[in-house]
Amino acid sequence: MAFNYERYLRLQKMPTLWCWGCGDGVILKSFVRAIDKMGINQDDVCVVSGIGCSGRFSSYVDFNTVHTTHGRTIAYATGIKLAEPSKLVVCVAGDGDALAIGGNHTIHGCRRNIDLTMIIINNFIYGLTNSQTSPTTPRGMWTVSQKAGNIDPTFNTCNLAIAAGASFVARETMIEPKKLEKTMIKAMQHKGFSMLEVLSNCHINLGRKNKMLSAMENLEWIDSISMPKKKYDALPDEEKLNVLPLGILKEDKEADEYCSMYAEIQKVHQGERKKITQDDFEKKI
Amino acid sequence: MAFDKMELNDIEVWDGNYAAAQALRQAQVDVVSAYPITPSTPIVEGYAKFKSDNFVEGEFVMVESEHAAMSGCIGAAAAGGRVATATSSQGLALMAETLYQASGMRLPIVLNLVNRALAAPLNVNGDHSDMYMVRDSGWIQFDAYCPQEAYDLNFIAFKVSEDHDVRIPAIVNQDGFMTSHTAQGVHTMDDDTAFGFVGVYKPMNDMLDFEHPVTHGVQTEEDWHFEHKARQHNDMMSIVPGKIDEAFAEFEKLTGRKYNHVESYDMDDADVAVVCMGTSVETAREVAKEMREKGVKAGVVGIRVVRPFPFMAVAEALKDVKAVAALDRSAPGGAAGMLFNEIAGALFNTDTKLLLSGYIYGLGGRDLTKAHLVELYNELQANADAGKLLTQQQQFIGVRGPKLAYL
Repeated sequence: MAFNYERYLRLQKMPTLWCWGCGDGVILKSFVRAIDKMGINQDDVCVVSGIGCSGRFSSYVDFNTVHTTHGRTIAYATGIKLAEPSKLVVCVAGDGDALAIGGNHTIHGCRRNIDLTMIIINNFIYGLTNSQTSPTTPRGMWTVSQKAGNIDPTFNTCNLAIAAGASFVARETMIEPKKLEKTMIKAMQHKGFSMLEVLSNCHINLGRKNKMLSAMENLEWIDSISMPKKKYDALPDEEKLNVLPLGILKEDKEADEYCSMYAEIQKVHQGERKKITQDDFEKKI
Repeated sequence: MAFDKMELNDIEVWDGNYAAAQALRQAQVDVVSAYPITPSTPIVEGYAKFKSDNFVEGEFVMVESEHAAMSGCIGAAAAGGRVATATSSQGLALMAETLYQASGMRLPIVLNLVNRALAAPLNVNGDHSDMYMVRDSGWIQFDAYCPQEAYDLNFIAFKVSEDHDVRIPAIVNQDGFMTSHTAQGVHTMDDDTAFGFVGVYKPMNDMLDFEHPVTHGVQTEEDWHFEHKARQHNDMMSIVPGKIDEAFAEFEKLTGRKYNHVESYDMDDADVAVVCMGTSVETAREVAKEMREKGVKAGVVGIRVVRPFPFMAVAEALKDVKAVAALDRSAPGGAAGMLFNEIAGALFNTDTKLLLSGYIYGLGGRDLTKAHLVELYNELQANADAGKLLTQQQQFIGVRGPKLAYL
């Protein structure tokens, strides 16, 4: 039997604002299937989105949802999670949202290792405002803010998250929705900060002047710059330069999760234990 | 010359955003530091396009947030450049901290503010809540009602803001979408004439003048902070209005287009008048003419200079009117609308006995229709005839559900 999405969608909000062939719809459906497979009551899920095309995510799914300000999903979600640690809190943000205007929150979410899942939909461009350079726009590509070709170096989203202390880091593409769904489940089941970067297309605003006029051409390009981690690891170093590995890139189940540590603080306040000292932590600095 | 000039027709068909972008090109802005946001993005995007096509010599930098955009502008202005950017709504809200830095450091910067509602609920359409939010930020504020004015007022803004007796940053407002995305005929200046009006930028206390080292943004506590802020306000009240007069006069001489701190339409014998800003002024002007055919002596007052607020000119424009409505396009949040307050402040100690009422309208881009204005003028006429307010002092107009009225 075909999967019934209707239960999880706000049908009165359809059709979506997303363009024909946009990857956001594929990612949204993968997310809904992942939640369904996990068997979580949809009222126990909170989806927090920012601004941009990805920001509309929270409008279309029938969970607890918050459509927040640009770049601040982690800030809002941190408050939500601390108030209701039992809920599954998922941030959905774009590359501009999560890595430019909200870059600060993103790295500090990773550092605290709070039990949030952050899905960064990376389409390599500011889509909703029509083609400005984002922190992941490949160098040399055309954008409206750099018509002579983008000179800005890029962020490698996953490397950034790993360096900042996220305990689960993965990257997938929207080309393989089933694999994406599986990795989403692992990311959401992980206790700690899980970052999932999803490479997606924007043939309208990235592709139009970068020789990827159709969704297919854009996806073929994404396919050409990505490969499974196993295959990537086997590459000689010089061939790794412009390739993004896919799959789970980091999974640390031992790292201290922030809500659990916060519960210890509450114990101190309630007189159940003495103050927290350096001896409580293996990694101190 | 390192950059190309652009041939323009005497009249071009431009929307407000493109008109502002052309003004930034013709003023040969040195640095535009920007971040995209609807509906103002095409202004800075236009500058970037002029840059890539070699029509400007300046620098364009796209940064990671509006906070960084205005911070970049402040740095560039302190270094000694002619600087401009554009934003809207949430972008302005994020910039707010740095707006006070710019005005406090007395740095001339021109900000094109394409007016848009503030979230939540999220909304990309035009109202004046962003303009109102920064009304106390110490920036000069002009208001354009159409693309032509968005073009013209940019030049006037540079002229006033960069004057060495002023050195106060300036905002040029225009209505989101209604002006920014509506193409109309715009009378242009050729590149030399336009640049001649603003002139070569002469910085003052600039950091790139290594012979005369300076510090910007020092810390002052109770010892000097008050004096800094008082002087800033003093210059806004006593120097800036005269400089705006001069700029308006010089601009009129150059182009034939006349601007005033307060624009009066059909006000010579008006019994009733509305005071408003943005595109609503044009709608109100049309309705006022229709009301006159029905025997109602209706007039319109448009506020052109929002800061420093033209108290005397407003009082003068309204002195013989019997009933006036202040139209505020921003949720007042438990107070009177800004225009209502300022007009009341302008009139309070004068001899006028006019009846003042406030209307909140058009939030989030809701249209102010001619029918709304007809209803409003009829209410004003009834007030004038009765010699007292027959409605409550504050009303919402054009909102669904039961009528909302207060005081």
